[in-house]
Amino acid sequence: MSVVTVQLGQCGNQIGYEVFDTICRDLHNSQGFCCKRENEVYQASCKEHFFNEERSGVPVARALLIDMEPKVISQTLLKAARSGRWKYGQHSHFCQKQGSGNNWAYGYSVHGPKHEESIMNLIQKEVEKYDSLRGFSTIMSMAGGTGSGLGAFLTQNLRDAYPNSFIINQIIWPYGTGEVIVQNYNSILTLSHLYRSSDALLVHENDVVHKICAKLMNIKQISFRDVNQVIAHQLGSVFQPTYSSEGSCQYRRNPLGIDWQVRPPLLGLPALEKVPHNKESHFNTSIANLVILRGKDVHSADLGGFKDPALYTSWLQPSDAFSEWRTHRAFNKYEKSAALVSNSQFLLKPLDTVIGKAWNMFASKAYVHQYTKFGIEEEDFLDSFTVLEQVVASYCNL
Amino acid sequence: MAQSVVVQVGQCGNQIGRCFWDLALREHAAINKKGIYDDSLKNFFRNVDTRRNGDGVDISKGKIRSLKARAVLIDMEEGVVNEILQGPLKDIFDSKQLITNVSGSGNNWSVGYKVFGSQYRDQIVEKLRQTAEHCDCLQCFFIIHSMGGGTGSGLGTFILNVLEDEFPEVYRFVTSVFPSGEDDVITSPYNSVLAMKELNEHADCVLPIENESLFDIVSRINQMVTSGKPGTTVKPESLITLNEGGIKKKLQEKPFDTMNNIVGNLLLNLTSSARFEGSLNMDLNEITMNLVPFPQLHYLVSSLTPLYTLADVNVPPRRLDQMFSDAFSKDHQLIQADPKHSLYLACALLVRGNVQISDLRRNIERLKSALHFVSWNQEGWKTSLCSVPPVGHSHSLLALANNTCIKPTFIELKKRFTRLYKKKAHLHHYLQVDGMEESCFTEAVSSLSSLIESYNELDVTKGLPIHDPLRLNIVI
Repeated sequence: MSVVTVQLGQCGNQIGYEVFDTICRDLHNSQGFCCKRENEVYQASCKEHFFNEERSGVPVARALLIDMEPKVISQTLLKAARSGRWKYGQHSHFCQKQGSGNNWAYGYSVHGPKHEESIMNLIQKEVEKYDSLRGFSTIMSMAGGTGSGLGAFLTQNLRDAYPNSFIINQIIWPYGTGEVIVQNYNSILTLSHLYRSSDALLVHENDVVHKICAKLMNIKQISFRDVNQVIAHQLGSVFQPTYSSEGSCQYRRNPLGIDWQVRPPLLGLPALEKVPHNKESHFNTSIANLVILRGKDVHSADLGGFKDPALYTSWLQPSDAFSEWRTHRAFNKYEKSAALVSNSQFLLKPLDTVIGKAWNMFASKAYVHQYTKFGIEEEDFLDSFTVLEQVVASYCNL
Repeated sequence: MAQSVVVQVGQCGNQIGRCFWDLALREHAAINKKGIYDDSLKNFFRNVDTRRNGDGVDISKGKIRSLKARAVLIDMEEGVVNEILQGPLKDIFDSKQLITNVSGSGNNWSVGYKVFGSQYRDQIVEKLRQTAEHCDCLQCFFIIHSMGGGTGSGLGTFILNVLEDEFPEVYRFVTSVFPSGEDDVITSPYNSVLAMKELNEHADCVLPIENESLFDIVSRINQMVTSGKPGTTVKPESLITLNEGGIKKKLQEKPFDTMNNIVGNLLLNLTSSARFEGSLNMDLNEITMNLVPFPQLHYLVSSLTPLYTLADVNVPPRRLDQMFSDAFSKDHQLIQADPKHSLYLACALLVRGNVQISDLRRNIERLKSALHFVSWNQEGWKTSLCSVPPVGHSHSLLALANNTCIKPTFIELKKRFTRLYKKKAHLHHYLQVDGMEESCFTEAVSSLSSLIESYNELDVTKGLPIHDPLRLNIVI
């Protein structure tokens, strides 16, 4: 079952490249810590999900690159081709000459409708290559104009055109201070719109990943490349093939077998760690947790701690809320690794902060003229705030 | 990739323009080793095969044949433009891009605006259209002029109006040189205030420059260069005051060129992230989007660092951090202003070279506590990282601030205007021009007053405790 990855904007394309690069590296990794046959099945499954085979033998990523200005896409295509291990399709990209200017309204109301037909045609052509399409995975940042605005527009279109497909949006949460001044406006507009069309929002916060680079990986001069590679590693560890059920040797056909809104916090990186540490004395209440274990001794790992009712809201049984996927085949040369995907109150604080800052700015009407210029009115802002305050309230009440 | 067109008006505008084009060619020559006409060149230059007849055919890819500047040069005197056409840059301009006259505007805004404006409107529109037609995606006009004279100030702002009428979707960035206190043009306050009204109403973004600041920077650099202290040898190509001509001929430059080169470098750095690749791009439309919270408040104070690179190769990280600190010091601002002690509405940091996101964040964290930001934009930073450094540097920083520190410049201007206007001094030179009335003056000063008032209203909020507005109350 295939997944079409749609890389949107500078962030989406830069990260998308790292994701495919990581998956491809893992794919060719002979150190699977498992038997040869199992490795082969894993590789076949991975290829089926993420790559097309071409006559040249170089796998072609099942991805579409979309941006409103050409610089990043050119760089991305070049980097992939240079790697020699994989590449993007020749006609898999769509770009224009002038970007969205960090303006959500421009991305959503101008670029969206203008390029709707071309982009949807591009997607249709890609989808037609597959026997079975499971769904779409978009990668975008919330802070800018294209990933966020055009991304929201496109997600709506995907929902309308493919009502039975799964749509998951990988969202990059910008640094708290300074990437884009209007990032909070762009964020609330993006989130409120995605809520209406998306099945799942998988969130990565730049601040958190930055800390991982600094504290866990000891990188001195952290570049965006470092940050993106960590995100790619996290995504790879979640989406690479996993067994479909306990004891089965069949890899899950559906790599996006997550049915609810999810969010991965810190990844357990070092080899001996089974699960990431969360040493707070009280926990964020969860609706659901998914632990993915890969590598040696997966079957003997004790995940009892995740079944503690204290972790979950009172109206859920841990047995319903908690899932575990264990796979022998190790990921990305880590002898043992674990990933936690969690739908919990963990995101409450960042979400509340962003809403607060956006509301604060909106109260003074600063920058609003830049949005009304392109058809996003004050009522649209208010609608977005309302939707998100409801989300915050719902999570608070867990 | 989008394109930009430079419209240089008047003596000052054309002299700065000349320096800009020289520096632009130098920058591209340093990076473009293979002589291929690439996307980054396309922003400011056309590639033309001049062997073919007439205007030459535009070649969009392949080897560079003949680069032509995307520019329109306008002056009501011939001296400066003729010099450009006879100088080392003559090949990048052709006669179709010029509009000149011989009589000059007599340092009179109304002659520039009303007389020459109406006389040359059609020609101006035609030349602009021609230049625009050579672009497949025109994004921005850069207007360069001075405020104190007649042509740059009057005709320059007239052209601003024309641009808005004829090309409403294209951004208008204006680099305006404001007169200093001891300006030798007596009527410069009139010209400047009349021009300000036009900037208020028709510019998307204005970068004010004051000669005094440029002069101070040049003096400090000269002191540094001639100090003879050990370890202070400067790499000549890194001086932001020299262009290629200056380096080659060993400082035999025209007197204002050192100052003009600073402005040229400002424009190059402003557009670097749009032209070259980087891990966090910033296009020109992002500048207005992030730095203009309200339409009227579109004046940005700029600062460039470093001013030079020492020849000593090792750059310790402390020096990188020093670059960020310098960007906020009043010595590095291109107008007489002190942003640190006033109120920030928004701030942008355009970084070039070998600087990563962690360096940027570390410095923002370090500096922000000493700065005052408006209550509704406490963390209002717009940042960009461009991988390509300027010539002679390993990294550089351009800071753009929308800050109330610009208010004193406007107040001072208004004072000088009022001093003259009270006595009706020299007014007849203006009123005798067809279409000029006293109401032009009163409207202009009123526009300036209202701008000053907007900044006052913001300044009042500085230092006040911040009360976050109540959030929406949701019932589930």
